[in-house]
Amino acid sequence: MDFRSVLTTCPYCAVGCNLLLQVLDGQIIGTLPAKTGPSNQGSLCIKGWNVHEFIQHKDRLTKPLIRQGGSLKETTWDDALDYAASQLTSLKDQYGPESVVFAGSARCTNEETYIFQKFARAVFGHNHIDHCARL
Amino acid sequence: MAGLAAAFGSGAMTNSFAELEKANCIFAIGTNTTVAHPIASMRLMRAKANGAKLIVVDPRRTQIASLAHLHIQHRLGTDVALINGIMHIIYKNGWHNQAFIEARTENFPALMEMIDKFPPERVSEITGVPVAQLQQAAEWYSQAEASAICYVLGITQHSTGTDNVKSLANLAMICGHIGRPSTGVNPIRGQNNVQGACDMGCLPNVFPGYQYITVPENLEKFAKAWNAKLSPTPGLTMFEQIDAILEGKVKGLVVFGANPVTSYPDVNRVEKAMKALEFLLVMDIFPTPTTEFAHVVLPATSFAESDGTFSSSERRVQRVRPAIDPIPGKTNWEAIQELSTRMGYPMNFTSGEDIFNEMASLTPAFGGMTFERLNEKGLCWPCPTPDHPGTQYLHKDRFARGLGAFQSIDYRPPAEAPDAEYPLWLTTGTLFTHYLTGTMTRRCPSLHHENPVVEVEIHPEDAHRLHIQPGEEVKATSRRGSIMVKALVTERVKPGVVFIPLHFAENAANRLTNAALDPITKTPEYKVCAVSLDKVA
Repeated sequence: MDFRSVLTTCPYCAVGCNLLLQVLDGQIIGTLPAKTGPSNQGSLCIKGWNVHEFIQHKDRLTKPLIRQGGSLKETTWDDALDYAASQLTSLKDQYGPESVVFAGSARCTNEETYIFQKFARAVFGHNHIDHCARL
Repeated sequence: MAGLAAAFGSGAMTNSFAELEKANCIFAIGTNTTVAHPIASMRLMRAKANGAKLIVVDPRRTQIASLAHLHIQHRLGTDVALINGIMHIIYKNGWHNQAFIEARTENFPALMEMIDKFPPERVSEITGVPVAQLQQAAEWYSQAEASAICYVLGITQHSTGTDNVKSLANLAMICGHIGRPSTGVNPIRGQNNVQGACDMGCLPNVFPGYQYITVPENLEKFAKAWNAKLSPTPGLTMFEQIDAILEGKVKGLVVFGANPVTSYPDVNRVEKAMKALEFLLVMDIFPTPTTEFAHVVLPATSFAESDGTFSSSERRVQRVRPAIDPIPGKTNWEAIQELSTRMGYPMNFTSGEDIFNEMASLTPAFGGMTFERLNEKGLCWPCPTPDHPGTQYLHKDRFARGLGAFQSIDYRPPAEAPDAEYPLWLTTGTLFTHYLTGTMTRRCPSLHHENPVVEVEIHPEDAHRLHIQPGEEVKATSRRGSIMVKALVTERVKPGVVFIPLHFAENAANRLTNAALDPITKTPEYKVCAVSLDKVA
């Protein structure tokens, strides 16, 4: 039996509560508030207390999908990335780099967002990148 | 963000959550705190227990409103008039902070001229708020030793959103309630890392750390570090992107962790844009209405599989640690890195920490941060050097832009008002159990159980007049579309106003909302539009 508690930060609102995910043999089975969290000091709201319920939900996307004949079909990472890269490259070549734009996320980590905007700016040479800060 | 940036030179929460408890007066406007930020609302309650006056300004009688010493229930979209009116009273009574205005601000005469046009009687007429309430709010806010303003999307999600925020900045400056502990203008962000996404430059006009792309030195620094040719021209905002797709100028869209087909206003129009794309790449953790339009869907990792950081609303950069292996087999940054490499721009990051270190080396506000330093309690930016303790509150002796700039703002009514055909005001918002478009929270059985279906809040008088019974299925219609909703008859809303939460994709409130944009921030008017409610049977 492998049981661990992993200290992390809640993914819902931006109060930034610290919480512990309880992991038993690779399954996240519960959530506890972290008393050391500077903004939550041992409290969590109802969303935070139940955050483990969506992580390993059966609906999670597990494999890349490609549209074939009108519907999305499972494929490998290599096929999906090759196809996406070729499609984006051909739009860039055919219509110019400004024909491809980017919508990022207010939910991903700083590191993921940094690499996403670097990709958009460095590969396409424009600044058509935004996210839902306006929502 | 643009509103605060214009006034102070920086768009973040000026003070920290813990300081709110020690404020002597809290002016909470357009924030349903107990629902959207329950843990932050505890700070407001503790402040009240410590003797602070709590003023809540909200068109709905929310829980926090019912706990307030003063609940100002103004008409939708009249915030600017209300705040100008409060400033008018403060100035006429000599309750303003002349020393602060002289030492720290500019452009006060223009503001004075503007607020002169907002005497209490006129403001009362526009907002529907009794004069006595305006006077009480003006006195409490201005006379307390430390007053803090809190606001959320109830202020920004208007076609006048920037004006609303600038008005709040004016109010703080006229009283000198900024640049000290337990004061300030504090936008409590709705999404876990909206602060971080802005910090990281996921915006069309700035590199990470709000380094403007239009400044040649910034452009040169990033072009050199990234070994790439970069553009000094600001890009399209998300709503301009939709316009550009519909105009045929944009053919491809890459969506990373977002669900525009529920979350953008005027969803029917967004769907048209998605259909018009030649190539749509979506990366997400669950299938969403947006993935249904995609040509390629990449499975994403959740926070529980990610190694990195989030920036909270109080600018605190905190660690996110993986509890399990990536469910899709790759982390999000690995997928983007591999896509980039395939497109001829190779990246060679080895971990989230490796990415963070490159970012910190290019971003002065984060320059003193390392994962090791963040491990304990995180750090609030600016934190420019390895021995810097981080910054609890901003604008202490000077504003980020130098002097604080008063902006004289006139009142503009909302873009759409009720008429004979659409006689009710609709406002939108959140429920205590759900988050955004519900892709996560509606899959949590404990949360779904509390709020399984979309309900429209309607005042008993309106329900009686329209012969609508509690629990009855009714059709809500605006100029843009219609949805089915269950009637929840309640006095939380005033007569003539209805409220629909935005979490339910199958009956998305945003099929009704207006895409009228704030002219500067391009924020849509989610919070106000005109609708009709009709019986089905």
